Amino acid sequence: MNLTLHVWRQKGPQDKGKLETYQVKGVSEDQSFLEMLDDLNEDLIKGGKDPVAFDHDCREGICGMCSQVINGKAHGGQERTTVCQLHMRSFNDGDEIFIEPWRARAFPIQKDLIVDRNALEVVMQSGGYTSCHTGGVADGNAILIPKPDADYAMDAAECIGCGACVASCPNSSAMLYTSAKVAQLAVLPQGKGEAKARVKNMTEAMLDEGFGNCTNHYECQEACPKGINVKFIAKLNREYMKSMV
Amino acid sequence: MHLTTSTVGRKVLMAVTGLLLVGFIIVHLLGNLSIFAGTEAINIYAEKLHSLGPVVWIFRAVMLALFAVHITFGIQLSMENSTASPEAYAIKKRQITTFSAESMIYTGVILLVFVVYHLLHFTMHVVHTDATDAINTLVNGRPDVYSMVKLSFEKAFVSLVYIAAMFALFFHLGHGLSSFVQTLGFNNGPSQSKVIAVGKLVAVVFLIGYAMIPFVFLVGIK
Ligand code: HEM
Ligand code: SF4
Ligand code: FES
Repeated sequence: MNLTLHVWRQKGPQDKGKLETYQVKGVSEDQSFLEMLDDLNEDLIKGGKDPVAFDHDCREGICGMCSQVINGKAHGGQERTTVCQLHMRSFNDGDEIFIEPWRARAFPIQKDLIVDRNALEVVMQSGGYTSCHTGGVADGNAILIPKPDADYAMDAAECIGCGACVASCPNSSAMLYTSAKVAQLAVLPQGKGEAKARVKNMTEAMLDEGFGNCTNHYECQEACPKGINVKFIAKLNREYMKSMV
Repeated sequence: MHLTTSTVGRKVLMAVTGLLLVGFIIVHLLGNLSIFAGTEAINIYAEKLHSLGPVVWIFRAVMLALFAVHITFGIQLSMENSTASPEAYAIKKRQITTFSAESMIYTGVILLVFVVYHLLHFTMHVVHTDATDAINTLVNGRPDVYSMVKLSFEKAFVSLVYIAAMFALFFHLGHGLSSFVQTLGFNNGPSQSKVIAVGKLVAVVFLIGYAMIPFVFLVGIK
C-alpha cells in the first residue's frame, strides 16, 4: 500500500519544528509501524536527507521506548498495543498518517519524535523502591503474600514507563504512571514500611518535574498499552489520605 | 501545609468542598420546590429561614469559605495544568473524556458569576427592583417571596439567564459527581462505569429540578 505521512521534524531542543510530508510506497501490511519508518529512513538516507529520529529498543512491546502519537492517539490507539507492536494491516492504502512526538512540558523534545522522558525516572527515584537488606538469595516463601495482593501488584507492575498516559492526558499529568508504582508497592509487605513517605515524595516529584494535576479525564487508561486501570489512581489517593493521618 | 500544596491534597479539598456544595444545592432545591405547593408555602419557608437569625449568618460564612477554597484551588490547578501542557498536537483525538470534564473551569466560573448575580437579585434585591419590590408587601403578615419570584421569572431575560446557569451546573456536576468519588479513592475498577452513569443521572435531576422553576413562570403554566 501507499501512504502519505506527516511527520514532526525538529532539528534539536531549541528548533521550532514542523510537520513534513512524505510519500511511502509499497508498504506491506505485515510490516510493523516502526519497520515502515525504517524503510522511510532508508529512502531519506539514500536521498542524502536526515532520517527521522525516533525512539525504540525491544520492538516487542516490553521496554516502553517507542513513543509516537499517531493520528492523534498515543501508540496509535489500538487496545493494549505499543507503536512497535502496531502493524500496517491496521491502515489502508492511501491513508494519511500524522506522526507526532509525546507533547508535555515535562518531556522536552530532543529531535524529531524523540523526547526526554527522564522526568519519569526522577519520579521513580523519589520513592519507587523499598529499602531492605536483601543479603543472600532469600527463601522464596519467607514472606507470604496472599494471591489477590500478588495479582493486584502484578497488574500495577505491568507499567513499562512509556509515558503514553502523560502524552494523552489533557493536563500532561503522570498520575497513572505514579499510581501504578505507589499501588504496587503499597499492597506488598516489603513496601508497607515506606508507604507514607513514598506517596508524598512521588506525587511531589511529579509536580516538581512539571507534570500536571489529575482531573479524572481517564484518557490515560485508554492510551495505556499495558491496560493500567485508573483504580490505581484511586488507590494512590487513598494512600495519600492515609499518609496524612 | 502539605494538604494545601500537594497535587492530591488540593484535589481532595476540592472534592470535599464540592461535595458540601452539592449538599447545599440539594437542600436549596428542596426548599425552592415549595413554590409548587401554593402561594403561601414558599413565604412560610422563607420566613422560617429568616427567623433562624445568627444561624443564617454562620451558614453564610461556611458557604463563603467553601466557595473560596473550591474556587481558589480550582483556578490554581487549572492554571498549573495549562502550563504543564503548553504545546497542542496537530491532531488530537480525545477518547473517553467528556465536554463536561474539559470545561470544568469554565462552567465553574459561570457558576461563580451566576451566584453573585443570584445574590444581588433574590437576597439583596438590588437588581430587577421592579420585581423584587414585591418582597416589601406583606401577605398574611409575611414578606411576599412568591410574587417576587413570579414577577422576576415572567421576564424572559431573567428566566433564560437562570436556565442557562442551570445548564452550567449540569455540565459541572456531570463530571464533578463522579470525579469526587475517584478523588476520594472509592473506585475499585468495576464500580467506575456505574459511578459515572449515576453521576450523570443525578446531574440531570438537578437540571430538571432547578430549571423547572423559572420555566413554569416563563411559559405561564404558573
Ligand atoms: C463557583 C465557582 C466554581 C468553580 C470555579 C469551580 C471549579 C471547579 C474545578 C476546576 C473543578 C475540578 C475539575 C476536575 O476535577 O476535573 C471542580 C470540581 C468540582 N466541583 Fe466545582 N467549581 C465551582 C462551583 C461549584 C459548585 C457551585 C459546585 C456544587 C454545586 C461544585 C461542585 C464540584 C464537584 C463535586 C467537583 C468534583 C471534585 C473532584 O474532581 O474531585 N463546584 N470545580
Ligand atoms: S501507565 Fe501505561 S501509559 Fe503510563 S507509562 Fe505505564 S505503561 Fe505507559
Ligand atoms: S520498542 Fe520496546 S515497547 Fe516498543
